[in-house]
Amino acid sequence: MSLLSSTTALLGKELRTEFRSRELLTTTVVFILMVIVLFSFTFDPTYNESRRFGPGLLWLAFLFAASLMLQPCFLREQNNDTLSALRLSVSDPFAIFLAKLVANTLFLLFTEVLMLPVFAILYNVPVLGVLGQLLLVFFLGSLGVSIAGTALSAISAQARMRELLLPLLLLPLLTPVLVSSTQVTIGLLDASPYVEWKGLGFLVAFDVVFLTLLWLLGEYLLEE
Amino acid sequence: MTAPGFSPTGIRFENIEKRYGGLAALRRIRFEIAPGECVALAGRNGSGKTTLLRIAAGLVRPSSGDLTFPSATGAPAVSAGFVAHATMVYDELTAEENLLLFARLQQTPNTAERVEKLLHEVGLFDRRDSLVRTFSRGMRQRVAIARALLHEPSILLLDEPSTGLDPQGVAWLAATLRQLRDAGCTILMSLHGESEISLLATRAIRLDAGLLVADTRTGAEVRSILTFADA
Repeated sequence: MSLLSSTTALLGKELRTEFRSRELLTTTVVFILMVIVLFSFTFDPTYNESRRFGPGLLWLAFLFAASLMLQPCFLREQNNDTLSALRLSVSDPFAIFLAKLVANTLFLLFTEVLMLPVFAILYNVPVLGVLGQLLLVFFLGSLGVSIAGTALSAISAQARMRELLLPLLLLPLLTPVLVSSTQVTIGLLDASPYVEWKGLGFLVAFDVVFLTLLWLLGEYLLEE
Repeated sequence: MTAPGFSPTGIRFENIEKRYGGLAALRRIRFEIAPGECVALAGRNGSGKTTLLRIAAGLVRPSSGDLTFPSATGAPAVSAGFVAHATMVYDELTAEENLLLFARLQQTPNTAERVEKLLHEVGLFDRRDSLVRTFSRGMRQRVAIARALLHEPSILLLDEPSTGLDPQGVAWLAATLRQLRDAGCTILMSLHGESEISLLATRAIRLDAGLLVADTRTGAEVRSILTFADA
């Protein structure tokens, strides 16, 4: 009960501060939009190329945007040493991570859903028939990115060269998520859509394993 | 400031050491603060005052040694209230939102009433809906002090608490701390020089390069330690 109430209170804080500053959402949306538009204009992919390469491009854009979005996640807590105040206030430090990773997943999902129609129009890929399945992949992929990203953001925030450290740690770690999410999305955008269960299963396993690790080790990541 | 309902708790430092790599920030610190005592920590920059306070708050784990909180009644120690150099509040939230957030996290009973009362006591009730980023340094410090007092801590740790406060603010803080001290709250605060706040201290401890070099309860010596450290 304490974990749930603390997480709810902290999630409210995360959402309120973001909707006031709109720092993360603006950066992420603009970045993904630029990648999708520039790639479309530069390569002018055909219908078949779009189905084959589009999902990979989309997930690469999501991943790089996420690394931008996750950077200030714990860095913002250092400005006024608010992380110390949180550590002194919560009975379970996992609540700090849980609130942040839920907020990051929501922000990422929001930008992905916003960018999906742009992608569908520019790349001439029909998505309406598989919208539900696509949203499921977006959710599982975004959750994996947010869990690993939130943990690494806590580590990198205390390090020197922190701006460089997060992408250096995050991108290799998330390569399996990128590959699996892309494979599942390719299947869904195929002329005869199918669900790549192996990839979907991997995403679920990744999320469960990393969430458990964060629950077990999170407290140590917050220590000074 | 209302008299809190806690059982007085002391702090016992037993051979506390803190090393950051090869640098020893604290070396074999050993002393005990009795429940209800008001102690001033003095020393030049880098002498280890902040590290000691952060260890007492539970934010930093000592490299070796023990930290205990002996209670007069044997009741378990409640977490300390901590006022640091930084304000430890969110600029993008209002004063009221900040206090409500931390009160909820600490599961403070009667959250809304407690927050309203503290906002009145720190003189920010009329500005409760303003974002903290629009506040002066002194006003932010008032929010920071209110945050530290939310859960009526039996121990109050303050790291140069008068930072940014104008003379009126310092007088307000001194009156607040006096009330808390008289109610039995144990206070450990780092200070630079003499002020209305330092007059509250009944004991002074001076650190130098991580070592405890002076510890006195004699009035004149307390003043001497505080002014010497600032020289």
